[in-house]
Amino acid sequence: MSSTSVLFDVPGPRARSRQRIGTVIGALVVLALIGLALWRLGTNGQLEPQRWAILFDPASGVPQALGEALLNTLAVAAVGMVAATVLGALLAVGRLSDHAWVRGPVTVLIEFFRAVPLLVLILFCLLFLPTVGIPMTAFRALALGLTLYNMAVLAEIFRAGILSVDRGQREAAFALGMRKAQVMTLVLLPQAVRRMLPVLVAQLVVLLKDSSLGFIVGYVELLRQARSLVEFFNFQFGSVYTFQLYVGAAVIYIVVNVLLSQVAKYVEKRTRSAAAAAGTTDVELPADVQMGGGGGLVTEPGGR
Amino acid sequence: MQFLSDNSDLLWSAFLTTLSLAVTSGLCALVLGTVLVGMRVSPVPPLRGLATFYVEVFRNTPLTVVFFFLFFGLVYVDLQFPTRFVTAVAALSLYTAAFVCEALRSGINAVPPGQAEAARALGLDFGQSLRTIVLPQAFRTVVPPLGNVWIALAKNTSIAAGFAVTDLTAALQRLANVNADQLLAVFAAVVLGYLAITLPSAWLIRLIENRVAIVR
Repeated sequence: MSSTSVLFDVPGPRARSRQRIGTVIGALVVLALIGLALWRLGTNGQLEPQRWAILFDPASGVPQALGEALLNTLAVAAVGMVAATVLGALLAVGRLSDHAWVRGPVTVLIEFFRAVPLLVLILFCLLFLPTVGIPMTAFRALALGLTLYNMAVLAEIFRAGILSVDRGQREAAFALGMRKAQVMTLVLLPQAVRRMLPVLVAQLVVLLKDSSLGFIVGYVELLRQARSLVEFFNFQFGSVYTFQLYVGAAVIYIVVNVLLSQVAKYVEKRTRSAAAAAGTTDVELPADVQMGGGGGLVTEPGGR
Repeated sequence: MQFLSDNSDLLWSAFLTTLSLAVTSGLCALVLGTVLVGMRVSPVPPLRGLATFYVEVFRNTPLTVVFFFLFFGLVYVDLQFPTRFVTAVAALSLYTAAFVCEALRSGINAVPPGQAEAARALGLDFGQSLRTIVLPQAFRTVVPPLGNVWIALAKNTSIAAGFAVTDLTAALQRLANVNADQLLAVFAAVVLGYLAITLPSAWLIRLIENRVAIVR
């Protein structure tokens, strides 16, 4: 079903007027709920302008602190993304290898890291690795955990991309006398990467979302920073700015993610128009992968 | 091993907490997600807009932030959930519902248009054709993606540990603090706990998929 409009007839005059009445009532209910929430906030004094001004007042140090936290968040996401992409591509090639002794362990590796909750993975890096002599900071643990999990996810994405390249491309390359490695690096990977670009950017959004787990392991990202600012201000003024700081941090998260999602959509449009002639199929990140924190386990039986 | 059997009570109750967190929020998310997808394909534009807005917001918000707000933000509008467990269930369900909605929507899109056209030709209205024709077929096609959402949810329950719900990950943190020399055993036990939920689920999903798949 390409468009959902086959589900219903175009509404006639009576249905339309009924819909209008329903819309007005619904809008009133929603507005009443929002109004109620704002009223409760107002009676608690949360809407006073000077409470919100702290988010924008450089003298309070809050904008700097939140900006720094945003940079920390982006830094860990960037490290994780680059490392995960490189390792993921290697693993994908390994999983498609002709040699069972490469394919087997790589498959086990990928499935293991997809099966473990991301938070447990990060805690493992943070708590266990120092005991075997690998120095760890919250940043390293978070980056390593994100890398390990995302490399497994990206490996599956790359594999799907490589398999989605038309079979004739591969056969033609072999017919030209290319070796296995040449076919992969010169013919299959470039086309697969191009096709997978929108999904890669979408995965970046997931990774950025997951970096908020730093809050739990004590990495100073946005949420943790908001929390420590709240503790700092509570000490001085009592619980005056708590709500404002939390809202500020959350809004930054949402805005950055929405912007990245828009970039993903833009890239997808560009790729699609550029590759329209090649007859590419739609690729989208599965819903469970978008949930972050470790996607599902059920892989397509056998691949192709 | 001695040490694991000493703490088996803690681990077992933590496992049960994780399992009930996942099951309760899974059911809530399934109901909410189905309602959302009904709104998303409905003939009424404001309902469509509302559902799209919900999905976009929750897809772009980290689960930790959702947790954070339900735990620390709601008090400012004078709302409070009765227990931390209920708060965690609410956060997980609200977040997961957006992804259930997305999975179901792709399922609805996969139902051949002829089915809905035939339903309309028979005189079924929108609600009837959605309930009796389209959604049952959509549910059958999205068993694997919905199953994956369920597994991801089971793993996402670990975030509740950061908000003082004593699930498996919280047990992990507690045991790791006390028994620094037994870290590997602790991690192995906790990972096994999660695998005990996800692996049978994956197997069951494949079984259900084979049972209900529609051959076209």
